[in-house]
Amino acid sequence: MLKAEDYLVGKTAWCPGCGNHSIREALAEALSELQIRPHNVLICSGIGQAAKIPHYIKANGFNGLHGRALPPALGARVANKNLKVIVESGDGDSYGEGGNHLIHNIRRNPDIAHLVHNNQVYGLTKGQASPTSEQGMKTGVQVNGVVVPSLNPLALALVLGAGFVARCFSGEKEHLKETMIAAIKFEGYALVDILQPCPSFNKVNTYGWYKKRVYFPEIEDLQDWSAAMEVSRQWGERIPLGIFYNNSSPTFESTLAALEGEPLAWRPFDPLSVAHVQDEFL
Amino acid sequence: MEVNILVGGAAGQGMETVMNLLGKALVREGYGLIYTKDYMSRVRGGHNFSRLRVASAKPWTNIKSIDVLVALNEETYTRHCENLAPPGKVIFDPGLFSLPDDEDRGVPVELQKLAKEAGGKVMSNTVAVGALLVLIGLRSETVEGLLKEAFADKEGVAEKNITALKSGMDAASRYCSACFSLPAKDEGDKKLFIDGNQVLGMAALASGCRFLSAYPMTPSTGVMNYLAAKMKDYPLVVEQAEDEIAAVNMVLGASYAGLRSLTCTSGGGFSLMTEGLSLSGMIEVPLVIIIAMRPGPATGLPTRTEQGDLEYAIHGGHGEFPRAVLAASSHEDAFYRLNKAFELADRYQIPVLFLSDQNFADTHRSVEPFNFSRLKYNRFLAEEGLYEKPYKRYRFTENGISPRALPGQFADQVVLVDSDEHDQNGNIIEGAEARKLMIDKRMRKLAALAEEMDEPDLYGDPHPEILLISWGSTYGVMRETVDALSDAGLKIAMLHFSDIWPLPQKRLKSLLPRAKISCCVENNATGQLASIIRREAGLLIDRSILKYDGRPFLAHEIVAEVEKSVES
Ligand SMILES: Cc1ncc(C[n+]2csc(CCOP(=O)(O)OP(=O)(O)O)c2C)c(N)n1
Ligand SMILES: [Mg+2]
Repeated sequence: MLKAEDYLVGKTAWCPGCGNHSIREALAEALSELQIRPHNVLICSGIGQAAKIPHYIKANGFNGLHGRALPPALGARVANKNLKVIVESGDGDSYGEGGNHLIHNIRRNPDIAHLVHNNQVYGLTKGQASPTSEQGMKTGVQVNGVVVPSLNPLALALVLGAGFVARCFSGEKEHLKETMIAAIKFEGYALVDILQPCPSFNKVNTYGWYKKRVYFPEIEDLQDWSAAMEVSRQWGERIPLGIFYNNSSPTFESTLAALEGEPLAWRPFDPLSVAHVQDEFL
Repeated sequence: MEVNILVGGAAGQGMETVMNLLGKALVREGYGLIYTKDYMSRVRGGHNFSRLRVASAKPWTNIKSIDVLVALNEETYTRHCENLAPPGKVIFDPGLFSLPDDEDRGVPVELQKLAKEAGGKVMSNTVAVGALLVLIGLRSETVEGLLKEAFADKEGVAEKNITALKSGMDAASRYCSACFSLPAKDEGDKKLFIDGNQVLGMAALASGCRFLSAYPMTPSTGVMNYLAAKMKDYPLVVEQAEDEIAAVNMVLGASYAGLRSLTCTSGGGFSLMTEGLSLSGMIEVPLVIIIAMRPGPATGLPTRTEQGDLEYAIHGGHGEFPRAVLAASSHEDAFYRLNKAFELADRYQIPVLFLSDQNFADTHRSVEPFNFSRLKYNRFLAEEGLYEKPYKRYRFTENGISPRALPGQFADQVVLVDSDEHDQNGNIIEGAEARKLMIDKRMRKLAALAEEMDEPDLYGDPHPEILLISWGSTYGVMRETVDALSDAGLKIAMLHFSDIWPLPQKRLKSLLPRAKISCCVENNATGQLASIIRREAGLLIDRSILKYDGRPFLAHEIVAEVEKSVES
């Protein structure tokens, strides 16, 4: 039996009061409830405060480039479909620098749980606006306040055909853990946007700000796309949390004949066995 | 004795169909040949042409002179008639245009009309092949066999094509039959008829590469096409990435998790990949990138050739890390050398850049079948019982190579890689001493890596007074140059690099100082290899012979330049 503590390693470099702490704990609890042994999990991340997570969870880790957490995760799924692949990164990383990969991996629908630590700011680089920063938020770069409207990642994911879309709050850890479990179990691409306070750089969306607004709406039909879209678009005085949509479709992996059977990475190979491939040129 | 054929027309007129059919038939019949493409970056219109040279000695390059010109449009005739040999012939469709009155070399064949009669206009290329067969005196059975193979699953199509072929033969035979004679056949085993991209795609497959992620970019796309077509028969995944950044990062993820993986691109795409290249250097995950060069900067000349990205391959990517740079010199060599690229990447856990170019990628040649038993497949992975526990991805070792385990390979051992500087575990660090130790560990790999580099190929006089230096796809034209100048009595040789970085220096250091004249021949504007040799080996080369108009060298051009150097 692996306990949640068994998944916690390293000494975090996060500020006191940062939402990352409870996101990390929730993940450890989720993994322990799922009883997935660390060598069978792969966490891919980019760069940022959130993206340091592979150093703090006992699992395989690919802490790659800023914005590029999804592509190696996809590659790893091709190589070894027995790995539980989790992509975990910040809002800047996932929605800004990595936006193109977000779009196209939602379309591909690989079996990946994408957990976004959304503090609505660039934390590591000390407080510039991220794609999800509120209009009007002033920063050292957006000196007159953010002018462009913020990105709604859940609505975007739904439009692109994501099969699993959820919003959580780091201050609701039990719900977060349960949602993580559901996302990891979901066969296909699952997006969990996790609201998270950044006490150092986001003075607008504080713990109290979120706490006052979040609520759990009753969602009757998790396969009702229009209803999911509507709840995803709620933001302001009240911010809904929960799994908004859960409707699986064939995964990227299931379309690849090569992945049938043993993981590709473990299959032996002998060049002589393919020597006849040159016959077509004779 | 040889026959030189040029087929030209607008993009979309199907020159390739003619050459593929004729080329393959000739190779099956036992002739040695080369077939090159000169095409524009457009889908319709413009002027595209292909050259095919059949010669008794293995031809390495094409020449300017044309024996049979197949002019699918009038422009082809006007552009190329000056190079048509006096006893040459022009196959053209009198239904489309007519030749000048004083042109008596014409062989009018109503390509479109005959094709329509046989069953469809699309077969006008088959009619042209029929006419060509008559002119060069090649029997039609082999082509008929190829048509049957090509259309095996389409009822009646092969028969219609054979009718078209025969009508082309009949039409041409009224004007001239076997007016050119083919050279002696190349004795020995059956040959392959294959282009450079296909050679590389096949080498990747046969090296155990199971994942290719790439974004289409001429002239590299042929590698992708080759491998994609193999997905139905082999456990192989080809994924078209959303961009080259995704491509290289997907490949790194697959490689990290245990697959031999590849990406291919051209200069512009490689620019987008350089951050990922640097990541490979940092996380020590094997990476192979084929860069099929085309002239830059920026979009440059998309369908033309250049050797302009050598320095970029050596220096691309931020930070300092060991890498290898190899190049495709000939079809014969590149097959095994790409296998070497995979082996080096796995053994040293480094990125390996494999340079090809349009001249290599798009050129078909007749080559001996490859010997697959020469290919290696070693993964150099940690083995149970032989690695120290707990597993540390970046454990310090004497040669700098840490035992490599895959995620999931060993129960309860995890594999952590990090693009930040890290400790032996893979955990992010910032300490000065730890940083230095890790740089030293990575750089230690260079010593053994340098020993793996093949010395440049020496061809010609073993004690040359004139030494030519070259690399990559110019191998064939350099050989023809050396042959021509040796025949003219010069003591000349070429030193041709296929493994370029780390630069092998022994042969250079023994031969270059003793040569009276040295020239570096490169398909670029700045003489990049010459600079690298000056910097790395401290040797100066007398002069550079450079060509950077987007076209490959022709042997006579280099011969003329070398002769100039000899005179002065
Ligand atoms: C290519 C590249 N550009 C920029 C950076 C600098 N950078 C590092 S993290 C980051 C933003 C992080 O924001 P987010 O992803 O929201 O993570 P957080 O720190 O807020 O958790 C930036 C701009 C980088 N490391 N690499
Ligand atoms: Mg952030």
